[in-house]
Amino acid sequence: MPDSNGRFGQFGGQYVPETLMNELINLEKQYEHYRNDREFNEELNYLMNEYAGRPSGLYFAERMTEDLGGAKVYIKREDLNHTGSHKINNCLGQVLLAKKMGKTRVIAETGAGQHGVATATVAALLNMECEVFMGKKDTERQALNVYRMELLGAKVHAVESGTQVLKDAVNEAMREWSNRVIDTHYVLGSVMGPHPFPMMVRDFQSVISREAREQILEKEGKLPAAVIACVGGGSNAMGMFYNFIPDKEVRLIGCEAAGRGVDTAEHAATMAKGSIGVFHGMKSYFCQNEYGQIDEVYSISAGLDYPGIGPEHAYLRDSGRAEYVSVTDDEAVESFEYLARTEGIICAIESAHAVYHARQLAPKLGKDENIIICLSGRGDKDVAAIARYRGKDIHE
Amino acid sequence: MSKIADAFKNGKAFIPFITAGDQGLDKTKEFILTMERAGADLIEIGIPFSDPIAEGVVIQEADIRALSAGTTTDKVFEMLRNLRRETDMPLVFMTYLNPVFHYGYEKFFSLCEEVNISGIIIPDMPYEEKKECEEQALEHGVEVVSMIAPTSEERIKSIAKEARGFIYVVSSMGVTGIRTEIKTDLKSILAAIKEVTDVPAAIGFGIHSPEQAREMSRIADGVIVGSAIIKLIEQYGENAAPHIEEYVKNMKAAM
Repeated sequence: MPDSNGRFGQFGGQYVPETLMNELINLEKQYEHYRNDREFNEELNYLMNEYAGRPSGLYFAERMTEDLGGAKVYIKREDLNHTGSHKINNCLGQVLLAKKMGKTRVIAETGAGQHGVATATVAALLNMECEVFMGKKDTERQALNVYRMELLGAKVHAVESGTQVLKDAVNEAMREWSNRVIDTHYVLGSVMGPHPFPMMVRDFQSVISREAREQILEKEGKLPAAVIACVGGGSNAMGMFYNFIPDKEVRLIGCEAAGRGVDTAEHAATMAKGSIGVFHGMKSYFCQNEYGQIDEVYSISAGLDYPGIGPEHAYLRDSGRAEYVSVTDDEAVESFEYLARTEGIICAIESAHAVYHARQLAPKLGKDENIIICLSGRGDKDVAAIARYRGKDIHE
Repeated sequence: MSKIADAFKNGKAFIPFITAGDQGLDKTKEFILTMERAGADLIEIGIPFSDPIAEGVVIQEADIRALSAGTTTDKVFEMLRNLRRETDMPLVFMTYLNPVFHYGYEKFFSLCEEVNISGIIIPDMPYEEKKECEEQALEHGVEVVSMIAPTSEERIKSIAKEARGFIYVVSSMGVTGIRTEIKTDLKSILAAIKEVTDVPAAIGFGIHSPEQAREMSRIADGVIVGSAIIKLIEQYGENAAPHIEEYVKNMKAAM
């Protein structure tokens, strides 16, 4: 997967303006070459290990396990990577590839700023020009990350079109890419967009499950009953799922953002409430109205605040291999606090969606079983917002 | 002969674009009739989309105005039913794939047939993906217009060979919007197209002045103008008709 047309079953494809087609074909060709190139892989591994701090640990959450009284809970610590999330895995891969392709400039979209910061970081490291598109509302909510990107030498564009959030940042990055494809690579931040992005981002993120599978076999001598990850576009989840897909006994569970509830207008629950559509270069599930206009979505988590989901997730769901649940703001915030108190880990509010579901699932499983939570990022960025959620007026 | 071919049979074709529902659908109908009277040969009617990734700011904002005013695909078809009582000029749609996909290809294209829409431009459905709905469109007499861009290079010939209706030649990199200078080597793109097909080719993206229209019409079979007209509507609102009329007349006269 995907097939030669860039499809996962009916999902995926390359629904982009003609201006970008030759560049996508070129990218596909170059990626095909470099993914099998020894030197490229050695360089990437070096950066992943020496610079980003891989492999990330698989931590046995003993207090949480005791508290829940069921399956052993393990946490895959992507939050301990350089820049504080799994996003660096993909950025190292793509920016290194862009450099090999002779590009001198990278652009990226960002929601909360995690992917923007990771892209700006690697661009600084590899001496590439970097411009990041971020919805104006998000630049206001995450002012600290804007400054972080600027410190790293990136230029940040506050996107004022549309709803001024993540989907609009993707629109604007695509527009800018079509304006300047010759020297520019678009570092898409998730397993979404036109082929080959969903495949390429998955491959770069699949290091998560490659490590986790080895680590759990070493520690437990058996595979997990389930792996659990949050999903917006779906990159940490795809990375966490990928090497477990052939292990049919391992349940793959994605946790999407239910915001104020899937039965309200304020959620980002694409799997629960969306329908099939074509947007941002791919056929997949989207939150949209009866006329195919893309919905404005909502989640407390800016990283899950996206109206679509990667095409491979759509395929995994429809083929029955993966399951997707919805977690509300309240449930995520409570789990954010729970993990801080119980394990001393302040996780990203995105990851807290997965923590919530693990707390529901673990007690239902036997003590001889284990589950893995992918902790996609650390929560420093969210502390002020969570304080405000709890009525404490703290600003960064 | 198809309706689109009709538009190209009397010299160079002037093809204006309008976003349906910007200032209300009654105004859209009025503006279409105004453009026909002023000499437009074929009109592109945009069904507004929430996230038009191939558009510059001017058309993005027209889409937002139209959607905020409650424009829907159903209402656009209703406006066209009324319009068809007054004109039988060639019309094509311009929209993104999702509104068409979500509406249902069969339902959408059979309504196109009913209101005599001859073609459709879908910027996010490139050559590789046209199997998505080309067959269903054709069954209802709707020709899917192919686009060729400055970056198309060796793709030009494969795209042109299978093209129907007309070929939309994108003049510049990036998105729609007014440009003072067009640097692409359009002559050689047009020459490559003409080697493999007789389907007419029109140039769009960035064109706004009569001088540009004249220059482009020397090398192509038609000229497409969007943002410049939308700007007039943005500026003059409901009272834009005389301004549009004068503009279209001047453009057509220059060609």
